[in-house]
Amino acid sequence: MTNPISIQFDKVSKTFRGNKVLDDISLGIQQGDRVAFVGSNGAGKTTLFRCLLGEYLHGGTVSVNGKAPRNHRQEVLKQIGFVPQLPPPLKMPVGQLIQFAAGVCDSDAGRMFAVATQLGLDAHAIRRQPFVKLSGGQKQKLLISIALGRDADLLVLDEPAANLDPAARHIFFQLLAQKQREVAMIISSHRLDEVAALVNRVVELDQGRIVLDDHVADQVAMDSLLDCRITLSSANSAFAETVREWGFQSTPAGNVWEGKVAGPDRLRFLGVLSRYAGLLKGISMEEKK
Amino acid sequence: MKALKALKALKALNLPNFAMMTNKHLRLPKWPDSGQLHHLRLTAMADINESLRSRWFIVYSLIFGGIVVALFMTGLTESRVMGFTGLSRLLVTYLQITMAILPIFVLLTTVRSVAGDREAGIFEYLLSLPVSLSAWYWGKMAGRFLVVFLPVVLAMLVAVVWAALKGADIPWTQVLFYTGFLLSLAWCFLGIGMLISTLVRAADVAQGVAFILWLVLLLFLDLILLGALVNGGMEPDNVIAIALANPLQVFRTASMMLFDPQLVMLGPSAYLILDIFGNTAYLLWALFYPIALGMGCAGLGYWLFQRGDLP
Repeated sequence: MTNPISIQFDKVSKTFRGNKVLDDISLGIQQGDRVAFVGSNGAGKTTLFRCLLGEYLHGGTVSVNGKAPRNHRQEVLKQIGFVPQLPPPLKMPVGQLIQFAAGVCDSDAGRMFAVATQLGLDAHAIRRQPFVKLSGGQKQKLLISIALGRDADLLVLDEPAANLDPAARHIFFQLLAQKQREVAMIISSHRLDEVAALVNRVVELDQGRIVLDDHVADQVAMDSLLDCRITLSSANSAFAETVREWGFQSTPAGNVWEGKVAGPDRLRFLGVLSRYAGLLKGISMEEKK
Repeated sequence: MKALKALKALKALNLPNFAMMTNKHLRLPKWPDSGQLHHLRLTAMADINESLRSRWFIVYSLIFGGIVVALFMTGLTESRVMGFTGLSRLLVTYLQITMAILPIFVLLTTVRSVAGDREAGIFEYLLSLPVSLSAWYWGKMAGRFLVVFLPVVLAMLVAVVWAALKGADIPWTQVLFYTGFLLSLAWCFLGIGMLISTLVRAADVAQGVAFILWLVLLLFLDLILLGALVNGGMEPDNVIAIALANPLQVFRTASMMLFDPQLVMLGPSAYLILDIFGNTAYLLWALFYPIALGMGCAGLGYWLFQRGDLP
């Protein structure tokens, strides 16, 4: 289905009105690489993505399998599934958006609808609704469905799971796990803990320069699931509300909570729990076999 | 010997061998393949659907439909004595009103939607899909053209059908030419709108530029202003050139010409138009010049669009 992909950034630079946003970026990405682009706002992540997508003119060269995205737009972009950081305010109805995307990608709209269903979004039911009127989570699910519901050798995901609920995140991670050997992935985030478990390489950008490029331990299966049990010193309503969003259920006394957490989400989940550190009496997390 | 020297000098310049050049070297525009035509159709359909859902389109259609209804209701007839006997007067009035409204509507909605979409981040997403830039740009333009052209012409055709039902004479030559003029005017201002959208990236500024341009063209319609230019020492030939270059003036004069072939209403300036062109040539100028101008602007807009940052 897919071809081995090779992406090369060679001394890529981009300047906006005298302000250098990318400064001599050189980087190679191969099939199987799952690269986290981390950095604060304005570090240059989105600009680098736009250069890769052939949307910006720039200094230096970007090539995907030896082809410049700008000069070979269709050939290159056919290989790239993209999820933007901010959903565009498209007024077109959901059904039309999917048909349009499937049409220009030579893909099957049915596959995109199917991915949406897997993510818990009944795209058929909302097909007449304008995209812009959907909730943040629905928009994100739909954009992910379009990116994953087509043949792509590279997935470029700009903060892809930020608006997803834990259940949808788990499905999303499962979908990525199915593709991880066939494709390369570039995932951007402001925070490493959001994406750490999804990737095997981290590139940190700061003021348009690469300040870190390192491979990381790749022990967490993207589709893994952890059985969790949390014991509190006493029942707490704020805590209850938070963990219910993660699909947890409690004993009648309300001080013991049980649920499941997606493997790549463990760090994020522990981050949530840290807000209630004073209440915690015991935590157990065990990977399901 | 001289020829040999000249050949050597040419070789030293390292000019390309034109005999060996292919389309790729010459960068001639290629005819779109079936995939690109498919993308163009998809983009055009998306733009048409977007327009049909928007409020401006409803207002736009209502205005032109309303004008026709209002013209009938106010009893704009061929003759005060005979009543409604034909459509000529109604059509020429409709065209004169259209000339003032259609360009500003086309300009404002085009720059607002194209520059606005870019500003809102819609280009970032949609242009990350493998759609060719030419299919995207020309598809948008084609879709928008149908949306701005059809309501205006349909309103006119409704008047024709109504007149036919009433048993009135239908001035078919006039109707066909007017359809052509409307097509030409819509395409012209759409092309100008696409160029402005490419040149000016902020939607607000683009709207301001579009409005000023429309105002300038409208000002140069004014024969008093043209008269002032002559009084101010400008050569009459230059004043005529300004009038001939202004698509609004061309549209206005040509639509009057079909109603009043001697251009009596225009006064002495009619002599110049009729002497230089003659009726037929002027009508052809009015049909094809605005199309060429719109095409030129749109082509320049596309050239700039595909050479710059897209989002």
